[in-house]
Amino acid sequence: MQIDEKRIRAYGDTFNDGMIQVSFSLPVEHGPKGDEAARILAGKMGLEEVEVAFSRDLGQGFSYYIVYGRCPAYVDLTQLQISQVEVEAMDYYEINRFIEERIGPPLVVVGACTGTDAHTVGLDAIMNMKGYAGEYGLERYPQFHAHNLGSQVPNVDLISHAVEVEADVILVSQVVTQKNVHLENLTNLVELLEAEGLRERFLLIVGGPRISHEMALELGFDAGFGPGTLPPEVATYIAQEIYRRKRSDSGKSGE
Amino acid sequence: MEKKLNLEQEKIERARMAAASVAEGVMGEIKPRTTVAVERTILRLLGVDGIDEAEIPLPNVLVEKLQGAQALPCGVAHWMGRAILATGKNPQEIAREVADGKMDLLDQPLYGDEEIRRALEPHVREGLEWIRDQRRRRAKFLETLGTGPKPLLYVIVATGDIYEDVIQAKSAAEQGADIVAVIRSTAQSLLDYVPYGATREGFGGTFATQENFRIMRQGLDEIGEEVGRYIYLVNYCSGLAMPEIAAMGALERLDMMLNDAMYGILFRDINMQRTFIDQHFSRMINGYAGIIINTGEDNYLTTADPYEAAHTVLASQFINEQLGLRSGLANEQLGLGHAFELDPEKEDGWLLEVAQAQMAREIFPDAPLKYMPPTKYMTGDIFKTHLVDGMFNLAGVVTGQEIQLLGMLTEAIHTPHIHDRAMAIDNARYIMNNARHLGEEIFFKPGGRIQKRAQQVLDEALEMLEKISGIGLPRAINEGWFGGISRSPYGGKGLEGVVEKEENYFNPFMEEMAGEREGSPNAD
Repeated sequence: MQIDEKRIRAYGDTFNDGMIQVSFSLPVEHGPKGDEAARILAGKMGLEEVEVAFSRDLGQGFSYYIVYGRCPAYVDLTQLQISQVEVEAMDYYEINRFIEERIGPPLVVVGACTGTDAHTVGLDAIMNMKGYAGEYGLERYPQFHAHNLGSQVPNVDLISHAVEVEADVILVSQVVTQKNVHLENLTNLVELLEAEGLRERFLLIVGGPRISHEMALELGFDAGFGPGTLPPEVATYIAQEIYRRKRSDSGKSGE
Repeated sequence: MEKKLNLEQEKIERARMAAASVAEGVMGEIKPRTTVAVERTILRLLGVDGIDEAEIPLPNVLVEKLQGAQALPCGVAHWMGRAILATGKNPQEIAREVADGKMDLLDQPLYGDEEIRRALEPHVREGLEWIRDQRRRRAKFLETLGTGPKPLLYVIVATGDIYEDVIQAKSAAEQGADIVAVIRSTAQSLLDYVPYGATREGFGGTFATQENFRIMRQGLDEIGEEVGRYIYLVNYCSGLAMPEIAAMGALERLDMMLNDAMYGILFRDINMQRTFIDQHFSRMINGYAGIIINTGEDNYLTTADPYEAAHTVLASQFINEQLGLRSGLANEQLGLGHAFELDPEKEDGWLLEVAQAQMAREIFPDAPLKYMPPTKYMTGDIFKTHLVDGMFNLAGVVTGQEIQLLGMLTEAIHTPHIHDRAMAIDNARYIMNNARHLGEEIFFKPGGRIQKRAQQVLDEALEMLEKISGIGLPRAINEGWFGGISRSPYGGKGLEGVVEKEENYFNPFMEEMAGEREGSPNAD
């Protein structure tokens, strides 16, 4: 079977069958009326041949549904433009060597969970000595001086600390949020940096489970890293980007 | 309980003795000092509540005035007692007048200490009687309604809106939850006050306020009657307002409180001295109110490597136990924490988890152990997470855990949706029912993997505790022995709220709680 890149549909067990599963709750008593409501709702999502495979009571007038159906929608792969941080991650030793040979002094990284965010798991995964999934965090790299400021750091404090230690990189982690407070807080950081005339001084990176590179760029960051990112990916990006900037700077000044 | 791990009793006793000496060292630091939060708590227990025109809670208004005038070393009770004697008014009326600028708390006639104590006594008695009533009410519910089989199923709600939380909590209780925790709004631990009134907006959780406690308590009592089980209510007794929250929880009949000795220091960068003093009084209140505390050892495993740091969990359990006992908590109130956090890819990982959980069970036989679900290696693959949660539930039932915080299949994605919770409860009920007495049917091979792992973790914890008892807990924390995080005794938030007591300082509630404890430990 030749895959038609212009018409990619969901795959169940046959090309182009469009089979998908959806599950959700409704504020409706469990019963035939709820099942029918779920079926119609799935139909309005565009699903065809909808089947409510399972439903159950959740108490307090709520009920839960697992629904299967065919989704006729398709995607044209040839039209997609994806922005992603494009780095081929080097390993721990390659990164240290790269910085030492091509950049010189160790790079200073300041990292924090900012604003109201108290969830340091993501930040720690990248920064902590032990790192994550067998990959050392930035603190372990001799060619990084990593400052982990921890959680609930106000943007102003983060900036003043970054200035104080002459940071090359600011790394912000934003995790669990409701009502998009994380976006406001990230925008606020960029605005503060711009207002102080400091934006160009730092490589500004954001990471977190709801962060994408595209979103990061829109918010005025240099890069964004989503879920599953490992320390070497971030470290490689930092090393290569700072090297690139250094080269283009020296190019400008004609050296 | 049958012992299965062949742990050397002599090592357990040595570890406990080392932890006791660590705890004594901490108690020595606590006794000469009080904090702004402790003083505000005394006011709350005396019946002071409400806010001023700028929405500052009255306990803060009064304590800030005293601290500003450097009048806190003899304690807020001293000043309040003098004002009662001079005006004949009750503490709430006095607080209101002080906030309105109609009275100066510092400008009151002098009275002798004995007179001051006598003036406070009826108000102290009233506060304590209210707490004892709540304790009796809980005992009555437990007697008439009972609870679910152990491990009790613990779920969280976190919508930010207390009224929405009640709906979610009731739904969870109908599905089979035994315990409901209302997650606090993210920044609350760093507030040096307690917000006031019912709240409908929060970040990643719902503000802990006395009114919110009351609303949820009422909701759970209603649904408890309906489903025929008492539903436990949990909140967070941590952060800069720790003892105030303990007081509010005692007054509104919360049943459990997250209340760790070191959590705030390590994970919220709250000053060490402040934390130790605040946790001592908050634990006294929890002890008096019959509240089960939950300690936070699981957190170490989220920052440190869960395999290598396993012994730090055990060491911390010993320290939490010894500090807890010294604050008047009974063994049955020590919900010591641990977690199922090993990398799911690790070969025989489940065996190691069982070793750790069984070890905690054998070393702390009377403690209602609090078992925390996998989070660290959960990725958003909801189907895999649901399966790992099932293995966690199996480990919980097979090792006789008492409080099982259920893993959510949407861990690492969002705060739970209503059906996430229902699926988590289904998962636990199926597995725990299906394997209810497995623990009674099995024992572990002598010298096998499970026994060896438990013995190794005990050996390492013993070594760690004996080292800490040599250098003291503050230095061990400063050197990053827990969670790989280092904190200094003079760093962190809230140190400015620590006050050296004067000779005539007194805390009438602390005295009464300690006194009654010595008299009759389980009066209710």
